[in-house]
Formats: sequence, C-alpha cells, structure tokens
Amino acid sequence: MNAPDRRAGANAGAEPAGRPHAGSGRYIGQRVRRKEDARLLTGRGQFVDDIALPGMLHVAFVRSPIARGRILGIDLDVARDVPGVHAIYTQQDLAHFNVDMLSFYLVSPEVETTPLANGRVAYVGEPVALVIADSRPIAEDAASLVVVDYAEEDPVVTIDDARSGPPVHPGCDDNIAAEMGEQEIDEDLQALLEGAPHLIRHRVVHQRISQSPMETRGVVVSREGAEELTLYITCQSPHLVARWVSLALGLPPGAIRVIAKDVGGGFGLKNHPWKEETAVILAALMFNRPLKWIEDRYENLIAANQAREQEMVLQVALDDDGRLLASHGDYSVNNGAFPQLSECNIAVHMFVWAAYRMPRYGFLTRGWYSNTIGYAAYRGPWAMESLIRETALDVAARRIGIDPIELRRRNLVTLQDQPTTSCMDLPLEDITPAECLEKLLAAFDVAAFRREQAAARKEGRYLGLGIATYIEPTGAAGAITTMTGELAQVRIEPTGKVTATMSTHSQGHGTATTMAQIFADRLGVPYEDVTVFEGDSSRGGFSPGAAGSRQGVIAGGAAIMAADLLAAKFRQLAAHLLDTSVDAIVIDEGMVRVDGAPDKCRPFADIACIAYGEPDRLPPGFEAGLEAQYRYQPPPMTFSSAANACVVEVDADTGFVRILRWISSEDCGNVINPAVVEGQIAGGLAQAIGMVLLEEVRFDARGNPLAATYKDYHLPAIADIPEFEFVHAGTASQSVGGMRGCGEGGAIIGAPTLVNAIADALAPFGEVPVDLPLTPTKLLSLIEGRDLSAKTVDDQHHFIADHPVTVPVSAAAESAPQAPQPAAAPTAEALVDGDWKMVLSTPMGPQEMTGHFETRGQALAGYLSSPEGQMDFTGSVDGANLKFDLKVDKPMKITLKYTLAVTGDKIAGKCKMGIFGSAKVTGQRA
Amino acid sequence: MSKHTIELTINGLRHTADVEARVSLSDFLREDAGYTGVHVGCDHGVCGACTVIVDGKAVRSCLMLAVQAHGADITTVEGLAEPGGALHPVQETMAQEYGLQCGFCTPGIVMTMAALTGEGKRPTEEQLIDAMSGHLCRCTGYQGIRRAVRKLVAADTGETVDGGAA
Ligand code: FES
Ligand code: FES
Repeated sequence: MNAPDRRAGANAGAEPAGRPHAGSGRYIGQRVRRKEDARLLTGRGQFVDDIALPGMLHVAFVRSPIARGRILGIDLDVARDVPGVHAIYTQQDLAHFNVDMLSFYLVSPEVETTPLANGRVAYVGEPVALVIADSRPIAEDAASLVVVDYAEEDPVVTIDDARSGPPVHPGCDDNIAAEMGEQEIDEDLQALLEGAPHLIRHRVVHQRISQSPMETRGVVVSREGAEELTLYITCQSPHLVARWVSLALGLPPGAIRVIAKDVGGGFGLKNHPWKEETAVILAALMFNRPLKWIEDRYENLIAANQAREQEMVLQVALDDDGRLLASHGDYSVNNGAFPQLSECNIAVHMFVWAAYRMPRYGFLTRGWYSNTIGYAAYRGPWAMESLIRETALDVAARRIGIDPIELRRRNLVTLQDQPTTSCMDLPLEDITPAECLEKLLAAFDVAAFRREQAAARKEGRYLGLGIATYIEPTGAAGAITTMTGELAQVRIEPTGKVTATMSTHSQGHGTATTMAQIFADRLGVPYEDVTVFEGDSSRGGFSPGAAGSRQGVIAGGAAIMAADLLAAKFRQLAAHLLDTSVDAIVIDEGMVRVDGAPDKCRPFADIACIAYGEPDRLPPGFEAGLEAQYRYQPPPMTFSSAANACVVEVDADTGFVRILRWISSEDCGNVINPAVVEGQIAGGLAQAIGMVLLEEVRFDARGNPLAATYKDYHLPAIADIPEFEFVHAGTASQSVGGMRGCGEGGAIIGAPTLVNAIADALAPFGEVPVDLPLTPTKLLSLIEGRDLSAKTVDDQHHFIADHPVTVPVSAAAESAPQAPQPAAAPTAEALVDGDWKMVLSTPMGPQEMTGHFETRGQALAGYLSSPEGQMDFTGSVDGANLKFDLKVDKPMKITLKYTLAVTGDKIAGKCKMGIFGSAKVTGQRA
Repeated sequence: MSKHTIELTINGLRHTADVEARVSLSDFLREDAGYTGVHVGCDHGVCGACTVIVDGKAVRSCLMLAVQAHGADITTVEGLAEPGGALHPVQETMAQEYGLQCGFCTPGIVMTMAALTGEGKRPTEEQLIDAMSGHLCRCTGYQGIRRAVRKLVAADTGETVDGGAA
C-alpha cells in the first residue's frame, strides 16, 4: 500500500475578519526544532526525582493489603526502632490539618476523604501510614514492619457489585456517587424507539485503564519557615497545584511555590495532588525537614488513581434510509472508593450525538463507588461517546445493509447546516467532521480496498476497514472555575533577545517551542532569540495547564495578543528614533529598517537598549522598557473535528490483530507546529490502540489488582503501533490565531476506528462484542463460535453480547417529598415565609445557598443567594409545597425548576436542571 | 547492611564508592554518582528507560546491582554528546525526527540506539526496531522513534531516507 505524503502541510483557511491571525509565517505553521530537546536528549532535564535538597529525608507508605475493612489497631513499635527511621505518621497525626480533598473543580468531596486511611480501608493499596527515613530502602524496610490489624469485609469491586452491594462509604444509602438524567425512559422517546423501522441496542464495556505516564507520581516538599512552602511535584499545572494546596490546606497562597520544570507525561493523572502527595506535604509541615516521595511503578499500578471502567447501552432508532430518529443512552462508570471527582460523566451525553442530526436523545448516567482505587481523568474522559456511537453506527449499517460511510454522510452535520444546535442544545458554528470525512476518502481508495478485502477472504484472510468521525470540545474557558484563560508576559530585553513567561505547562506538549514560534513570528526576531519560561507557579499567572486540549488555543491566542502589543510599542519607539512613521518600520531578523530608505537601518538590539537605558531619547509619554502582557479569554468552546480510517488483518487462527494502515484526517484549525500537532495525535492514537487491544487493570473477586507490573499491564510497544498518515484541514477557528485543540483527539477517535476495522474484518463470523480489550482469546471465541476464555459462567454471560441488559432502577429514586397534610393546616405564610439555609447537591458538589421566600395567597416571590450572587424568582405555593423556576446562563442556558416542601423547620425537594437531570435540595430555617 | 567497595568508570571518569549489596546500578548512578539522566520508569526491567551502556552493551541498569558493575566501563546519556556540546548522531536524529515529547523514556532509547549503531555496527531496520520494542514510550506513539531508526540505518548504509523533518 502506498502511503500518501503524511506531511501534506497545513493550508491556512480563511481568517475571521478583525482578528489577529496566525496562518503560516516564518515560524508559525513550520516544523521548527523543539526548544526542549537539547536538555532532554542529554539527560539534563529536571524531573522531580532529580531534585535533592540539603537535609532531605525519604518517605514510603504502609498500604492496605485488603480492599475493605476496619482498622482495629496499628502497631508501630518495631518499625520505629529501625535505625534511620525518623517518624511514622498515621491519619490520627494528620487529622488536625483538616485537609479538604478538593476536586479539579475545587469542590469538596462527596464522601469523607483523608490523606491516610481513617479507621477503615476502602481499596487495596490505600495508604495507611507514612514512614520518614534516611533513605527510601530504609523507609520501605520499616513500612514492612508496621503491623496493622484489620477486620476484613467483603468488597464491592465491579459496577454490578456496586449496584447491589453494601455501601462502600458508611453513612451513604447506596453506592451512587453521582447521577443525572431520567430513571425511566420518557414515554414519547420510548414510542419513537419502539416504533422505528430499525432499533439498534448496542452495548460497550470499557475496561479500567492506568494512565501510566512513564514518570510516576512524586513530590519533594520543603518548608522554609512558617511563611514559605516549596513543592517540586510532577503535575499538569504548577499554578493549579499551588491553588489546590492553598485551598485544601488553608494556607496563604503567597506562601506556596510549585515548581515542575520537566514532567514525564500526565494524561489526566497529575491534575492535582491526591492522597499520597497530600500526606507527604502534611508530614513535611509537621516534621520540618524536606521530604521526598517518588512513587514506584508497583505503587503506580495499584494505588494511583485510574480511569475509564465504564459500561454503556446505546439505543439508536433509524428509518429505512438510515436516517437517525431517536436515541437513548444508559451509562455507568466505576468511581472507585475515593474519586478525584464524583463523576457520572455528563459530557458523554453532551457529545454523543453532537456532530449528527439526531432529533431526540434521552439518557441516564451514573457513577458508582466501589472498593477499588479512585477515578481520575484520562485523555478524553468522555471518549465513550465516540466509541459507542461510531461502533453502533457500523452495527446499524450492517443491519440495515447500508455502507457505513453513506450512513455517516446522511446524518453528519455539515458546514452548510450551521449555525445550528445539537439535540443537547450545544451551539454549533463551524464543526467539520463531514468535511474531514471527505478529505479522508480522497486519501484512501475505499473501492480498491473492498476488492482487496474480497480477494483476501477467498484465501481465508480477514481484512477490515474501520472509519469513524467525531468532534471534540477544546480550549474551554469560562464555565468551570478552574478552566480559565491564559496569560502571556513578554519582553524584549535590553540585549534585543526576547523572553516570555507563560502560564502554560508542558508534560511533553512542547509549549516552550510553539509559544516561541509565535513570539518570533509576531516580533520579527529569530526563533533562536526567544526563550519561554513556564513550569513555576511564581512566574506568570493562573491557568489549569494541560487539561481539555486548551493550551495551543488559549495560550496561543495570549501569545499573539501580547506580542502584538509589544510589537506596537517597539515600532513606536523605532519610528521615533529613525524619524519616520510607524507604518514605514520593517523588522527583519534582528534589523530595523525604514521602508523606502535603505540607509536608515539600525540593529534591533540598539533600539531595545535605548528603551531601557536612555530615557531622554524616548518619545514623550513613552513608558520605558519593552514589556507587555495579555490574558486571553477565548470563546467558551472551540471544536476540533476528525475522521480516521484504519485497515487491519485479523488472523483467524490466532485471533491476533495487525494494523496495516491508519490515516488521520483532522481539523485542528491553524497549526502552530505540524510536528507537535501530529505528535499529540499520534500519542493519543497509540493510547487508543492500547485500550482496544492490550491494556487492562483487572481485579480478582476480593479486589486485588491483577496487573501490578508492566509484565501484566500491557502498554503498546513500537511493534503494536503503525505509522500514521496525516491530513490537515486547517479551518481557522473563532479564537485569536484560529487554532483548535489537538491534545485528546487521538485517544478519542482511535478506539472506534480500530474496533470498527476489527468488526468489519470479522463480520462473516457475526458481531464482535465490544468488550475491551479485544484480546486474541475474545476474538477467537467469536471466530470459533465457542467461549475460549477461562472465565466464570457469569463473565461468559457478559461476553455473549446482545443479551438484554437490565438496569435496575435505583431504590433511591428522587421525588419531591409530599408535605404532610395536617387536619388544620397553618397558612402558607406561617409555614414558608422567611429565610432558609439550603444545600443543592449537584454533580459538581454541594452548593450552599440561602433562600428567601415571601408568599401572598398562591403566589410566591423571593430570591436565592450564594457567594456567586443573588437571583430573584417568582413562583407558586400550595400549602407547604413551593414551585419556582430560575433561568441561568452558566454552565449553559438552562432553566432550574425547583419543587420543594416544608415540614416544620425543614425543607426538602428537588431541582430539575434541564439536561443535567435532577438534584436533591435539603435545608432548614436560617 | 554491609557495604562493598567498587571501582568503575562512568563517562570516562574513575569512580570509587562504597555501596550496599542491594543497591541497583540505576539507583547508584542516579543517587551516588549524580547521573540523573538515567531514568527509572518501572524498576522491573520492562520499560527500558534506565538503559545505559556497560562495556559496550546496552543494559537495563535497574536489573543490575551496582556491585556487579565493579570494574566496568559505563556510559550514561550524559556521556554521549561531545564534551564541547555537539550532539551524538543518535541524539541529533531523534531531535530532527521529533522522537520525544516528555523526554522521560528518551535517555534509554538513545542509549540502545547508540549501543547498536556505534563503532561500525550495521544493524538492519528490523533489528533496530526489534531493539526498540524493549522501550516503552507513552507519549509519542513511536512515530519519531521509527523515523529516527530508519534514518540511522540509512545513514549507516549511505542510503537517503524519505520522510525526514523539514
Ligand atoms: S526502569 Fe529499568 S527497565 Fe524500566
Ligand atoms: S516521550 Fe514521554 S514517554 Fe516517551
């Protein structure tokens, strides 16, 4: 097979009027050499384990060997006597810090979460005690001598266990960590589904994944007196870590400095500190010596938060032409015991049909607690939407007898359809999945492949083609506290060199390179003359760093804006010194010339030097120096689109899958550095291949992790990953510079593309159950028509797909409590009027507010006030029952419908939050 | 725990040290000798990040004890470039081909490439890719590493290679 030129470069699309554009330039759009490489290739990077401070001691943890139980006693005596041991702490010692283990959204956890186990353990590997010693080996020796007495209980391990098992957390009614949507499918929707000519019921089981950055977690903590704390930590944003630590520990933010120069990958695991890092920080505050903890790989695979482990059933109704009519999704995700965020992944439903013309969609989405390590993000946390939709569409195509490409063409939203809104009310203006699909098909001859496939089948070889399309929200800012704009600070030094400080952070993203490309282009200086600093919370301003494919879009915009401000200032000075107009100034690789006057020419550095050192020569009112900064706030969301194709051969004798070809046709808008963008996509695609074929965190029935080394947890190696071919579309976005995010896309689109290819190859044998990973054993089971796994009867039941899935309706179905009807009811005024302290339990965490009610007959008026502000409402009252609506704009335009009932001094009920489902409201008189 | 005296050469310099028998070569190189370019990604011989050259051979330093290196001549990634700063051809090729992102796996990959291509050795592309299959990289999807392999093999045989970075 002949690969087209994978370097078919970015062709810059049309720019929106009135915005500074990036397009391609001397450096922007070019494959410029990375600034980071020189140090990383020579072993001079600075990762957290490379930090050694005077007086530093080492930490190891005592971890729970059981998944669930009470701690009856902890005996530290023998361990304390080991020479070289300085201290051993348990949660009792750390309790007085009252740490608030916040989520990425800076919301308090739903269930009690402590750095070390507090009287109970809830997963294998949970840290129970922390040992401080002269060296790590000594700390480990001592940790092994700590004796913990447990009263073991039966654990809740899987999502199925969680549905019926005893609550993981004492005090909870059930194991539901978060829930949104409707318990029962709406009657109209049910009628649409059942009445459709074709109804596909598609089930996907996604295994649990270890993010597995090659650098494990780690932290070095140094307390410098009461007012200063320095953290070296492997993370995704030093600024976010500083903010998190300040809020979680109640420390003054100015006292905390977080440094993370080089980080060996994050992928969602390293957004903020969790149990171990927090325990080390507290221990350092108590013990007053610098402490280091570097997670080993065994700890990382059993006790670092993990991701995915989801099940979803998607019903899709289509007409005979393959047009989409209606759909329903039922989704569950295992949150483990202490998730970094109690998550039911609403984004799965927001995006499942966003790129398709789907008239009607309903859903139920739930997160479940279990006695396993807690949930954390992983590249494209909502990726199930693309996996289940794109695989369901291929099942539908086979069932109806339509070509899968044609099926997509009939249903995808095209540029011509826009602006429009999705079935979940997402505004769409410039998504291009349909256009990416056509570009993909121009690069891949489907007809020729089908001939090859037919010929191969005659020889008993099974080739398959998988195609998938998707859109991805990137560069989001403004709807969630921590998802902000980015800050660029840039200066032309007196030497004429350019130094910038960015709020960005790289865990391999190459932001020091891409941002330098922008500065060099916009300021007219050589790329070599630009240095970008990042990775230190004492520099630049707040940003969440690498999260949500945002840095290229937002920081790129900030860099353009700041550079343009600085360029204007420089030109003003140059024009003054060269006695010409600003428009006549030409800056070219270190020289400043006057257009049309070749003799008028000065070195760039001379002008820079004057700006700082010779105030008398500056124009009147000119601020000395050459410095500028800009915080860019992008549009709320920027969409990227893609269509991918891959070709596989499945060996019918062994069940092994070989990937023969893979093309990524994507629209990342204007591309700053194609090599960096392709690197991001390729890395994501490789992770997707790992998800589909290799990786799996498994547990036994007692909750013991079964993949505790890389011999058991199979990361893809070079032989597993094909060469990817790239087609870039380059449709400029609405953001400054026209970029679109590219950080997560490969990890999202890769899985359905590969699953579809395997399913196409094995179509002669029936439908491939999408139960990841698709191991040779599972595929051979389909090929040979018998179950070859050594699994239990129960698991076989899972494996044989398409069996009806019954989802038990939770016993905790919420409904507005009925107010008691006393014989002589007091007036509504007496019952209701006044101030109430209320808590709304949203999926983002509890929100406290004060409600003020005034009744007049059947009419209700009042306001809800919270730290975010006060909102007035009017509504109705019937005895002790209140009803009122509030319209809000954030995180999107929805109407909140409150139904509350008063019982004495208590108030309770629910709030319907549009597509976000219902939330419980409780409260009492203020 | 008893200590043993070892003498060895690291990046051309003589070292003498007293080490516990249980200390791995990777920990010794990082913590005692100060070569933090030796990265430990798994500590159980799978990821390849800790690879160094011991007496001419690429070795996973997490699987070897420091005491076993007594008398050995070791090169770490810090010793690969010219003292003046010019990158080793393997390092240069990796940079040109965007063979790294976070750079954590990189020292090991570079050392295996250097061990297999140095001093007139002429591996085939297949042999070098085979060797690379012992290195885990979570960031790059191995695209640049594969291109670098191809370029290194071609450079050895004098062939030109298609697909180099612009
Ligand atoms: S650290 Fe030695 S092979 Fe992974
Ligand atoms: S570059 Fe990050 S692990 Fe290879």
